Amino acid sequence: MATRYEMEMIDSAARAHQAFEEELHGEKLIVNMGPSHPSTHGVFRMVLELDGEEITNCWPEIGFLHRGDEKIAENMTYTQFIPYTDRLDYLAPLANNVAYAYAVEKLCGIDVPVRCKYIRVICAELARISSHLLGIGAMSMDIGAMTVFLYTFKQRELIYDLCETICGARLTTSYTRIGGLANDMPESFIPMCRKFIADLPATIDETDKLLTRNKIFIERNKDIAVLSREDAINYGATGPILRGSGVEHDLRKANPYGGYENFQFDIPTGTVGDCMDRYLVRMEEMRQSIRIIQQALDSMPGGEWNAPEAKIVLPEKQAVLTKMEELIHHFINVTQGINAPVGEVYFGAENPKGELGFYIVSKGGGTPHRLKIRAPSFVNLQLVPLLCKGHMMSDTVAILGSLDFVMGECDR
Amino acid sequence: MQRVVERDKLLETCRQLKADYEMLTDIAGVDNFGEDPRYEVVYHLYSFQKHEYLRLKVKVPEDDMIMDSLVSVWKTADWHEREVFDMFGIRFRNHPNLKRILMWDGYPYYPLRKDFPLAGIQTELPEYAEDAGKAEAANMLGGPFFGGTGTTSSREREPRQYDTPAEQQEKLKS
Amino acid sequence: MGAKKEIMNAPSQDVIVTRVDAAISWMRKNSVWPMPMGLACCGIELMAVGASRFDIARFGSEVMRFSPRQSDLMIVAGTCVYKMAGVVKRVWDQMPNPKWCMAMGACASTGGMYRSYATVQGVDRFLPVDVYISGCPPRPEAVLEGLMAIQRKIANEQALHAMKTGIASAPTHQPVTGPVIVRGDYATRR
Repeated sequence: MATRYEMEMIDSAARAHQAFEEELHGEKLIVNMGPSHPSTHGVFRMVLELDGEEITNCWPEIGFLHRGDEKIAENMTYTQFIPYTDRLDYLAPLANNVAYAYAVEKLCGIDVPVRCKYIRVICAELARISSHLLGIGAMSMDIGAMTVFLYTFKQRELIYDLCETICGARLTTSYTRIGGLANDMPESFIPMCRKFIADLPATIDETDKLLTRNKIFIERNKDIAVLSREDAINYGATGPILRGSGVEHDLRKANPYGGYENFQFDIPTGTVGDCMDRYLVRMEEMRQSIRIIQQALDSMPGGEWNAPEAKIVLPEKQAVLTKMEELIHHFINVTQGINAPVGEVYFGAENPKGELGFYIVSKGGGTPHRLKIRAPSFVNLQLVPLLCKGHMMSDTVAILGSLDFVMGECDR
Repeated sequence: MQRVVERDKLLETCRQLKADYEMLTDIAGVDNFGEDPRYEVVYHLYSFQKHEYLRLKVKVPEDDMIMDSLVSVWKTADWHEREVFDMFGIRFRNHPNLKRILMWDGYPYYPLRKDFPLAGIQTELPEYAEDAGKAEAANMLGGPFFGGTGTTSSREREPRQYDTPAEQQEKLKS
Repeated sequence: MGAKKEIMNAPSQDVIVTRVDAAISWMRKNSVWPMPMGLACCGIELMAVGASRFDIARFGSEVMRFSPRQSDLMIVAGTCVYKMAGVVKRVWDQMPNPKWCMAMGACASTGGMYRSYATVQGVDRFLPVDVYISGCPPRPEAVLEGLMAIQRKIANEQALHAMKTGIASAPTHQPVTGPVIVRGDYATRR
């Protein structure tokens, strides 16, 4: 009689199935990411705790670009600090200049002429477009769409051309002054700018075609890192991240400053609060910025571009060379700085990344007693552990890309 | 709008205020060196309905630098309070993770205090950075960037063009 | 003997007679793979150098490698602070020889406008810098010129000698003494 044996050979698939049923979890793996990592857009470090591919915990670390801006500000005059504001959010230096100038003007209690305000609006909106172009380009490059980055960077080069026309520098513009601008907008700027905003929608549409309905892009962004409305407010998020979560808050509309009340534009908001919504909000914001620039160019008033405050604004060079009073004002303004009144002021401006606030405490004299920079990236980056938990390791690049932070202003 | 709050009533006040002012925008420390109490912590709250900011100020004396953490009210207070701790050395009670945030762990000073020099003080770097030497005081050479008005020679006004003080003296003599 | 004759008979356009040193240097200098150590604002201008208008690919350096093991040239672009210094140093140490270093911009060269408690006053305190580029940030053209300066430096190196002795950048006939300084100031186009 033949004996019948039953043999069981467990193959790897069966073993895996068994492990899955028993909820067998291995040891957790700690992975370091950054501070020198291409998708952290600078020097941001994350330590991730992984269970397989899934992120179970995340500890962000910042400070790798802490240069001591706030301490430096206490040691120099208000005007001398303007170049440092360029280097806060170095993707949108013009917007930082504008925000800082309004903050110091609020402290001094002066108002700038309408022409100055309109030029500043154009500057801030160009900076917004420039920042969002890079944000979207870098995000899509991290996800794997290299083409978009090259397309958007081509448009950024045209914005650099506009910056060069207006102030002579590509990136570090330092265009605003306390109570005005470094110089009036040159004549050639307006046709250049008109041509730019006429051509830009084509690039935005092209990006739209490449990304918005792209299967891979949707798969990697839809329902990834959903941020609820309550969490967004609780964590103090601002800018496209807050609006992506459905809060219709934009300081340009809520607390209008610098002539924004004269322009027609809409605030795009998201419904879900995932990476895709934040991306879509940025796309729409660029279109709205084009609208604002168009209106500002159409209704650009003439006249003075500096406030008539001899003790604050630098006089014209020609007048300094020929007139006594202007010479004295120039000398005192340059050597001692403006004599700011005693007081304290907080001014928040809607920057591309969110609310950029300057809290200035003045004890009189030419230098601030304390200058605190409320950097949007600093606050927005706090969301990283909340958003990353429960997602795959490969989603981190999409999450970081959708947060669109800049370490320069985060670490200051 | 501005309001000065007692230190031990801050937490309670903020819990009540949260109904009106939903968002904590900013926390800033201020060092009023030479005054008593020396430190101030300034909170900025924002209301979405009223579209306005509310500034809360809390005085902190030098000999008792501890206050209540607001992390239980607003999650965003976490990093802001760590920054105040890092820069001024003010401690926060019940903070989940009160570590240095901008400077490295183990840095011995609090940089934004008024008695700390802008140039810094020579210190050891963290363990991972030992190869890179030490954190040395920056060479200010009569700086920082704020030219004096009393001198006539542009060389004296811009002493930073020389590398070391000795070289500077030598060049000035010649 | 036969091999030599064959070479002699070959058509002249197919054969170039040169020193091994020169051949190696020529190959090296036209395939410099940069490690973009983008720390701050200069990193954005470095991206502009890589993008279509300035196109670093014309110099054979378009392959930006974020892995130090695969790169030859470290471009320190931006402000290096003490907290980051150890990381930069470690990445540099991980790069295989021969390697070169470029300090892009004022901050990387001297600390620039950030004379403060947190900023390293020039990365040459812990890295052997070959080329300094001035400017805050330098124009992309200046970065390209800095790259060409690196290429000239590589072309003049005794590659074989360096391979044997492990001493990099031993100069041949035209010695390049000390680091090269490239002016990257703004020239307005208005």
